[in-house]
Amino acid sequence: MSLPPVVNTVNLVKIYQNGGVPVPAVRGIDLRVEAGQFVAITGPSGSGKSTLVHMLGGLDARTSGEIWLDGKRADTLSESAWALLRRQKIGFVFQFFNLVANMTVADNVELPALLAGASAREARERREHLLGELGLTDRADASPAQLAGGEQQRVALARALANKPSLLLADEPTGNLDSRNTRDVLRLLGEVHREGQSIILVTHDARVASLADRVVSLLDGEIVDDGVIGTGRRRPRGTAGDVVELRG
Amino acid sequence: MRLSLLALLAKEPAHGYELKQALEQIFGSAYPPPNIGQIYVTLGRLEKDGLVRAVDVEQSNRPNKKVYYLTAAGREALDVWVDEPTEGPRVRDEFFMKLVLAPMTGIADRMALINRQRRHYLGLMRDLNELADRTDRGDYVALLLIEGAMLHLQADLDWLERCQEDLS
Repeated sequence: MSLPPVVNTVNLVKIYQNGGVPVPAVRGIDLRVEAGQFVAITGPSGSGKSTLVHMLGGLDARTSGEIWLDGKRADTLSESAWALLRRQKIGFVFQFFNLVANMTVADNVELPALLAGASAREARERREHLLGELGLTDRADASPAQLAGGEQQRVALARALANKPSLLLADEPTGNLDSRNTRDVLRLLGEVHREGQSIILVTHDARVASLADRVVSLLDGEIVDDGVIGTGRRRPRGTAGDVVELRG
Repeated sequence: MRLSLLALLAKEPAHGYELKQALEQIFGSAYPPPNIGQIYVTLGRLEKDGLVRAVDVEQSNRPNKKVYYLTAAGREALDVWVDEPTEGPRVRDEFFMKLVLAPMTGIADRMALINRQRRHYLGLMRDLNELADRTDRGDYVALLLIEGAMLHLQADLDWLERCQEDLS
């Protein structure tokens, strides 16, 4: 028996009200993501990418349509039921981090694991691993306000992964990172993907998008392209010297 | 290759094989290794143009070797090259031509062209990611070249997005 899709949306619509004027952000999206898939969502700003992932995480209510997670209807859940669902199986990386200001970095990362039922020791080991992978070991005792934007962003990713979510949702997870820190994040996402967790992330960063199995492009709240990334290379292996040819 | 040879000779006179080794050492895997024939052909042309000159140096038990050194004209050509700004990259001319001309052919719609091009660029980006992964961490010249290519590709993708917004 095959697993149900980790995410399946049916004619999903979101219309915001702006001073009484309806503003459609997502206009009828059917998106089916199989378990273990890594999907990148791209598109210009205002195309509905963030709204879409927020709805998938239950952080924004849909206007109409359906959301199914692991074969179960989710759009009709109450807020508390959504909170429970997120705790159990969804990690969310916000564009603006949303770290808890009066807790240390370590506690911010451990909390979701503890809430999901991990022992204190498991939560600590998981936190140490994640902060280590992201080059943040020596920031564990800092408070979020003491961190630079790029550090806060990586802490937000560590927190989202703390309870080993079966589905990671992320909104521009590398938006504030320099290239070296982006490389750490890419490596960690690759690891998460290899372990079979599903990933849906919104990104402008082509380095991130190019890691995905599949890229979905949005324009004006609709899907305009959805497909696997081809291989651009004309030969199987190359060196940096071939960069010039790759670009030519 | 002309100017890289002039630059190496500005440091010290050298024979062809030394120049080949120096290029390999400086650029590592960042540029394809030059073959010795190309180097001698280029040195010959530089000599003809008066930018380098060669002297024969006797070697015991072996044929004489030619050691090249920079002339004043060569020095000047090198200075001009180093001092002038370098041309920036140009927009992908061919793709832009396609995009603009597509409606006239009646065979391709612009959205399809842009989508296909985006997937192609992302495929190239994936290749660059893999290339960066297997490049030695200490090879800064190669890593910087790869990063430069990634940034150009990112700009191409951002620009595609603009095309899609305004042409659809």
